[in-house]
Parts: sequence; C-alpha cells; structure tokens
Amino acid sequence: MGAYAPWDQEQARTIIAEHAALEGATLPILHALQAVFGYIHEEAVPLVAVALNLSRAEIHGVVSFYHEFRRSPPGRHVLRLCRAEACQSVGGAAVADAVRQALGVDWHGTTENGALTLEPVFCLGLCANGPAALLDETPMVRVTPQRITDLAV
Amino acid sequence: MSRIFVPRDAVALALGADKIAALLSQFDTVIRTGSRGLFWLEPMIEVETPEGRIAYGPVRPEDVPDLISEGLLEGKARRLRLGKPDDIPFLARQQRLTFARCGVVDPFSLQDYCANGGMAGLERARQIGPEATTRMVLDSGLRGRGGAGFPTGIKWQTVAATTSDRKYIVCNADEGDSGTYADRMLMEGDPFCLIEGMAIAGFAVGAAHGYVYTRSEYPHAISAFDAALEIARDAGILGNGFDIEQRVGAGAYICGEETSMLESLEGKRGQVRAKPPLPAHKGLFGYPTVINNLLTLTTVPVILRDGAEAYRDYGMGRSRGTMPIQLAGNLRHAGLFETAFGITLGELVNDIGGGTLSGRPVRAVQVGGPLGAYFPPALFDTQFDYEAFAQRDGLLGHGGVVVFDDTVDMAKQARFAMEFCAAESCGKCTPCRVGSVRGMEVVDKILNGINVDANLALLHDLCHTMKFGSLCALGGFIPYPVMSALTHFPEDFRTVRRPLAAE
Repeated sequence: MGAYAPWDQEQARTIIAEHAALEGATLPILHALQAVFGYIHEEAVPLVAVALNLSRAEIHGVVSFYHEFRRSPPGRHVLRLCRAEACQSVGGAAVADAVRQALGVDWHGTTENGALTLEPVFCLGLCANGPAALLDETPMVRVTPQRITDLAV
Repeated sequence: MSRIFVPRDAVALALGADKIAALLSQFDTVIRTGSRGLFWLEPMIEVETPEGRIAYGPVRPEDVPDLISEGLLEGKARRLRLGKPDDIPFLARQQRLTFARCGVVDPFSLQDYCANGGMAGLERARQIGPEATTRMVLDSGLRGRGGAGFPTGIKWQTVAATTSDRKYIVCNADEGDSGTYADRMLMEGDPFCLIEGMAIAGFAVGAAHGYVYTRSEYPHAISAFDAALEIARDAGILGNGFDIEQRVGAGAYICGEETSMLESLEGKRGQVRAKPPLPAHKGLFGYPTVINNLLTLTTVPVILRDGAEAYRDYGMGRSRGTMPIQLAGNLRHAGLFETAFGITLGELVNDIGGGTLSGRPVRAVQVGGPLGAYFPPALFDTQFDYEAFAQRDGLLGHGGVVVFDDTVDMAKQARFAMEFCAAESCGKCTPCRVGSVRGMEVVDKILNGINVDANLALLHDLCHTMKFGSLCALGGFIPYPVMSALTHFPEDFRTVRRPLAAE
C-alpha cells in the first residue's frame, strides 16, 4: 500500500474488463481502480459507464455517494482516524484536534510533504482499545498525537 | 514439541502479535488464532502444556526473550501468567455458543473446525430436510442480531415459501455501530462458522448464491474471510449447489440498513428502499432474499447441532438464547462477553467491565451504537433484553456497550448524533436528510445559550418528526441518543459555553 500507479486509461480499461461480468459490478470495479491508482480519476467515470451500459450520471452518483471513493490522489499513506463514540470516550476528539493541528491539515487533507492523508472514519471495530486508527491497512490502538505526527515525516 | 497460540486478530496485530509470533516460532510451533476477546490482555498468547493451555498476557514483543528463559514453553514462567483461559473470571462467567471456537482454533483449519463441533449443524440440516431446518430455527426463538430483533425463522419461512428459480442469502457484515466488533472477530477468528450458517440458510430456503457484504474498514476480516472461502471451495463445502461471494462496502454507514445494502450490492448508491415489498419477496436484483446479520447466521449452526430447545433454554422473555455483548469505550475490562439475555447493564459495566479505564465515575453508557440511547447509572438495573430496553426508550442494536466517564458532555454527544446522521443520511427522505442538519443547528443554539427553552421544545418536536417520519432506522432512531441525553442529563443543556469553534 502507499505506492500508487499514475493514472493510465489503458490499464484502467483492463481492470474494468476484469470485473465487468460480475453481478452489480460497480463497487468491485471502483474498489479495484482505487486500489491501483489511489483514487477514481474523472476519466474513469465514462469508462465504467460504457463497460456496464449505465449512464455517466449513475456512475458519478455512486462515486460521490460513498465516503471512501476519492476523487483526487492521496498522499503516500492514508491514515483513517476514528471519530466514533467508543473512541470519543477515551479522548479521541482531543487526539484528532492535536493531530490536525500538528500536521497542519484538516480532515481529507494531505500533509505538505505528501506523506500522509488524514481521513475521518466512523469505527474500525477496535473499540475496546481506542483511540483507534488504520494506517493504510495496519491497525493502531491507544493512539496518541505523537505516534501519528511521527508518521508524517 | 508443544504448540503456542498467538492471535492474529486486528487488535493483537496492532499490539505487535506478528512480531511475537515471529520470535516464538524460533522455539516452537506457532498457531495463529482469532482473539478470545479479552482485549485489555491482548496480545494474549497460550502455550500447550500437559495440563492444558496456559495463557499469558498482555505480552509485548520485548517480553518474549525473558519469558522464554523463565520457562514460557512449559507454562512455568510466572510473569504475565494468567493460568488456564477458561478459569479467567471474564471467560468463566460467559456462555459461549456463537463464540465457542473464536480464539481457540486456527481459523483456516477445517480439521480444527470439525474437531470443535463445526459442520455438525449443516449435516443435521441435510438429515432433517429444509422444512424441519427452518422449523428448528423458528423454534429456537432466534431473533435478528443486527438490532431489529425480527424472528429469523419467519424470515426464512417467507423466502422458502416463494416460488422463484433464483433466491439469495445475504449476510450483513457491515458492522458500522461504534462499540461493536463481534462480526470482525468471527470473520478473523472463526470464518467457517459463517460459511456453515449461510450454507444452512441456503439449504433451508432453496438459495444457491450467498453474498457477504463486509465493511471496507475491516481489511483483515476481508482477507481472512476470502481465504476461508477458498479453503471451503477446495474442500467441496462450497461450489456444490451453494456458493458465497464477498463484497466490500465503501464507508457508508447506511449500507448496514438492509434495503440500502441490497442497492449497494446491485452496484448503486446505497439509498434505502421503501417497504413493502419486503426483501423476502423482492430483494437482491428483485429476487426473494434472506438478509441476516452475521451474528444471526453464525448462531444457526449451533442451534442445528444442539437443538432448538437447548438454545431456547437460555435467555429471558421473548429474547431467547445468548447475545455476544461487546464491551467498549472507557472501560477497564473491555471485550467480548457472550451470555444469556437477562444480565443487567450494571453487572456488565461494573462487575464484568470493572468500571472505567480512567478510574473516574461512570456517567453514561450508550447501548446499541450511534442510534442507541445513553443510559445513566440510575438505569443500570435494566436487563439485556430487547423488550426491557425498548420499555426504557433504548435499544440493544448489535450489542455494543460504550462506557463514558464523568468528563463526558452529553449535549455534545447529542450534537454528535445529529452530525453523524447528517453525514451518513442516504438523502432519500426529508426528516432524516434535512432534520439532522437542522437538529445540529438547534443543538448549537442551545449550547450557545440562545433561546434555550424555545430551542429545547423545538428539538423535542424535531425528534418526534424524525422518529415517526423517517423511512428507515437511521433518521428514525437518531432521536434515541438525542432524547436520552435530554431526558437523563438535562443539566448539560443548561450550561452556556463559549461559541463553538468552526469544525
């Protein structure tokens, strides 16, 4: 994780074709595209629409509905910090405030050096050991602001 | 050589379990398991000795060399020694049916699974036939564990009674409620149990295809379940008339609502459908569909294996069987506690949970996720039971219990509920889409001391509209946390604060 390929229409077509035969293929295709490129490029929308015989508006609607689909490239790593109640009960909000201040970014922002994108998330299922976060696919528990700012170098 | 068991549960991984496993593998055979759910003791490792397994925890990677030299491999090291897992009070007090194997077996060993009671339910179902299988689920009293508490057997009967050449089984593993993690634990720790439960459901109603809709926030559960699917296919458990495919959500809480999940599986925006038609009649792609929570489906195998009466004997009133309760938040002993319905909230928080982690007094407990009510200690005699919670304007939801100490600001929690609803609303119905935004604004006015009495009255009225006018449980239940905060903690709404910083 973290190293994304630059946008490439041909590669995107191949990825789309691999999943197009699935029942209800839109989400699997978008996930596959985001896994490779890190986001859903604007040009991907008509490609998916044509492959699935749907309108661009429908695909755009799906991309914009789901929080997880990004429409611009993320930093080298993505940190998803939990904002939900169980993490709030152990100081999650204060951690989030400190992190945003220390990194100089708000939610969905990327640090200036391109190292880290900060995303809010509502629950990671690590609720007995909060505050919790997910760095790319690595779980973190009992998170402190220091541990996160260390990641952004 | 004996064996050492090291969990691969996401919590244990966050605490260095992979490193511990690598260190220990130099000395002995390491088996990776799920978690037993004693999360304050993770990573909790277990060594096999002639007297049985001996647990140690919480073990950090740097503890390993010393533990080895003190005799860890024979269970002789004294430091961090917890004794036999089943004797640890937190586990000894439980009645584990759904979670019997979680943390015990290698999640990818079918041999382990079968040696510990797995597959007996599916065999029984095949012996007694589809109708008797559905009857057994009905007789067990099992109700939907996602929160609605609808009798599972009736859902199955409805789908079984339809005549369609295509039917689907959909498992709801979009465990979005804060404070819940039971689905994640089972997918990581006992994935074959879900496969068996879905195969039984498919057999009972005549469905050939199953989908598991897992949330994207669970990367380890997703990969564990995909691996288990492969193994089950190779072993011929899947692929002979019934198969399962896993689909991954994309961060939308609303997709845990059943009709929204169906839309999402069909590749659309996760917008709620009006009912009727019920999914049992017209569900996925318009075909009859059983849609059950993961905890419901993983409880089916044990019901088939041990019988409907054995399961129904647990519990109270109309809440039969056991519930995997998830203790979370500001709690000393937070973890998975499966027990018969009927235990009180106070027992869970104080006796089993050991009070707050911070050591401060408990002030509020939210049961049932972001749509659940906040209960004060004065209501700690409430029994864990669908009806008992409903009577006190609360709900059980998916069984999450989140504890807050006395530093919590309940007006802020009420605002958060509205904020969450605004962020996660699917947008289809006005009470939820607009009501949540207006609700946030009204709470802000109250927090800033503007026309407090009038705005409190307005908030009551708005909650009433949302409760009765929303299309689904998101807008319909968000008044629970808001109203419970208002009812039980009115003083927090009378304190004037400085204007809120812009978020």
